Amino acid sequence: MLTDQAGQGVHHDTPGPGQSAQNPLRTGGDLLQLVSPEGERISHPEFDVWVKDVGDEQLCSLYEDMTVIRRIDAEATALQRQGELALWPPLLGQEASQIGSSRSLRDDDFVFPSYRESGVAYVRGAHLSEIARVWRGNASYGWDPQRINLATPQIIIGSQSLHATGYAMGVQLDGANTAVLAYFGDGATSEGDVNEAMVFAASYQAPVVFFCQNNHWAISEPVRIQSHVQLADRPTGFGIPSMRVDGNDVLAVMAATRVALDRARSGGGPTFIEAVTYRMGPHTTADDPTRYRDPIELEDWAAKDPILRLRKLLEAKGLLTEDVEARVKAKADAVAAELRSSCIGMADPQPLDVFNHVYSTPNPWIERQKDHYSRYLNSFNEPVEEGAL
Amino acid sequence: MSKLTFARAINAGLRKSLENDPKVILMGEDIGSLGGVFRVTDGLQKDFGKHRVIDSPLAESGIIGTAVGLAYRGYRPVCEIQFDGFIYPAFDQIVSQVAKMHYRTQGRVKMPITIRVPFGGGIGSPEHHSESPEAYFTHTSGLRVVAVSNPQDAYTMIQQAIASDDPVLYFEPKRRYHDKGDVDETIDLSTALPLDKAAVVSSGSDVTLVAYGPLVKTAKDAAMAAADDGLSVEVIDLRSLAPVDYPVVEASVRKTGRLVITHEAGQSGGLGAEIAASITERCFHYLESAPVRITGFDVPYPYSKLEMHHLPDLDRILDGVDRALGRPNSLSGLEG
Ligand SMILES: Cc1ncc(C[n+]2csc(CCOP(=O)(O)OP(=O)(O)O)c2C)c(N)n1
Repeated sequence: MLTDQAGQGVHHDTPGPGQSAQNPLRTGGDLLQLVSPEGERISHPEFDVWVKDVGDEQLCSLYEDMTVIRRIDAEATALQRQGELALWPPLLGQEASQIGSSRSLRDDDFVFPSYRESGVAYVRGAHLSEIARVWRGNASYGWDPQRINLATPQIIIGSQSLHATGYAMGVQLDGANTAVLAYFGDGATSEGDVNEAMVFAASYQAPVVFFCQNNHWAISEPVRIQSHVQLADRPTGFGIPSMRVDGNDVLAVMAATRVALDRARSGGGPTFIEAVTYRMGPHTTADDPTRYRDPIELEDWAAKDPILRLRKLLEAKGLLTEDVEARVKAKADAVAAELRSSCIGMADPQPLDVFNHVYSTPNPWIERQKDHYSRYLNSFNEPVEEGAL
Repeated sequence: MSKLTFARAINAGLRKSLENDPKVILMGEDIGSLGGVFRVTDGLQKDFGKHRVIDSPLAESGIIGTAVGLAYRGYRPVCEIQFDGFIYPAFDQIVSQVAKMHYRTQGRVKMPITIRVPFGGGIGSPEHHSESPEAYFTHTSGLRVVAVSNPQDAYTMIQQAIASDDPVLYFEPKRRYHDKGDVDETIDLSTALPLDKAAVVSSGSDVTLVAYGPLVKTAKDAAMAAADDGLSVEVIDLRSLAPVDYPVVEASVRKTGRLVITHEAGQSGGLGAEIAASITERCFHYLESAPVRITGFDVPYPYSKLEMHHLPDLDRILDGVDRALGRPNSLSGLEG
């Protein structure tokens, strides 16, 4: 029997893909896995039904997305090294978490990311130049949040979890069946905001999914400094059910996210997903992980590479044809080239842009500063008049 | 005398304080094996242990709030806030608790907490990494606020801050971390210039130019450039932002009759406004022109491609000096 944490039956208006309203409710505990690190499909009595529709073609397209975002990541890192981007937060190793979760969303769902979710932005339909321009230092935001239902990247750790919860409360007030998803890292679970978000979400049974990518490190601090229990055990204390899922297994991530989104849409309230994954690169291009990370640990995780795992599954199924390989490579090449050209070709912002959009209507004080600064800039071209201010 | 970078000078000061007083403990995000994102705490955890140099959970309110408890217990916590823009989650603990505890208990509970904050712009960072939040704290009674401008002061003032029984916000100009300077590591703290004193860093007779933190270097450069033009600019490094050492500024303005104040923070409600008003009150009859502020604009800190427009630079400061002196300047001919 399906129950929520109050022990009552949960009724689904919109059951998941082709299954009978069976919404598995787990609280922390075992790691959900549908594909082993060796690429074998592991069947699961409750979760299989949630990925029943993921056929050969879908598997190949998940593989394509994961490969493409790895390529975006590599190209962006190179662009940073070449001085074309000011900074880049790599997502190397987190491809399955990002693709599995974002490919489970509907267009009308709303997403609140942190700064590392470039893969999610790609899936939501952000243009490559929109992804690049913030990191280049050319703009304060990337894409129009309302166009692709994806909030602008958030640097203040964990803040977005509250925004997501508030959005979800609005969805609930509107009587809509939209789900809301917030991404954050393992370190973020220490912040007051994330804990307050869980209090609000539980209080109002807001239709929000907290998607924590436990990549094991918050810059130099390992997750064990932040938590003595599994992260998936924390939300249960707030009355929020959780799932602990192998974040390098795209199918498992998909199944868990679909369960949580379905629960949100059907009035089942919030869910917390801990996707257990690993940040194989530095925290950002400004970071030096050799100062704090054991190379053996990295090796261990490299063996669990999410793309490699999907490759093995595809190979076992005979799906990794030359055709598919060529198509995926061509796509990755094209995307990388587009990222590069849009980045290098980006026009510089104009000095007086500094003053724009501080308020929704012109503000006399800022207009005055703008006028003075424009006179100042012009004074380099013309001799300044005699007569003082 | 040793030649140290700014960052190493603070590191050496922290080391001294840790050595001299077992009650001193450091806490902050990534300050252990990484040595802080700017390496200011490099090597300290290795030498003093994990119980004295604490890698804290990622929670700023937690860092400052637990420091309050530690201070109650007799410790002298030195908290690192990783970047200026991340101090706001801790704002409540700082202004509602740290600042008020001494007053609330009428001196029975002291809060000898030092809060180190790398601040200011100029390093091409994304948003929340280049803020100048000092005025929020100078507005709060009970806090001492200082901004250091050179390695020697950085070394001395961090130790004075830690030794102070009042809570001190210690602002470090992050774009100067790699600047090198002479540091006398044998300096006697009891005879060194006290924490709440300003310093005249280059003397002059035509205009008083007040700066602090990252802009002291820029102000000194501006004074040198002005000298080429026959102008004599007196530069004051404020050092202490709360309290401001008004006697030093006053004496200078009585001499020069003109005042220019520069800071990276936005203009409205900023320290420049406070100093202009206070000096006008104290020296009205000595002033020959209205005080001039050369500051960041009243806008959120812009993305990195535009930050050089926001930050006061040498030319903008010189333009301000011209304005104070009634010489031709970019606003000549404008009224008000
Ligand atoms: C409020 C706040 N404090 C500190 C930082 C500096 N900082 C940026 S990322 C980071 C680590 C975040 O770790 P985690 O939440 O696990 O996410 P990850 O970067 O691993 O994806 C820190 C300390 C910040 N951005 N915001």
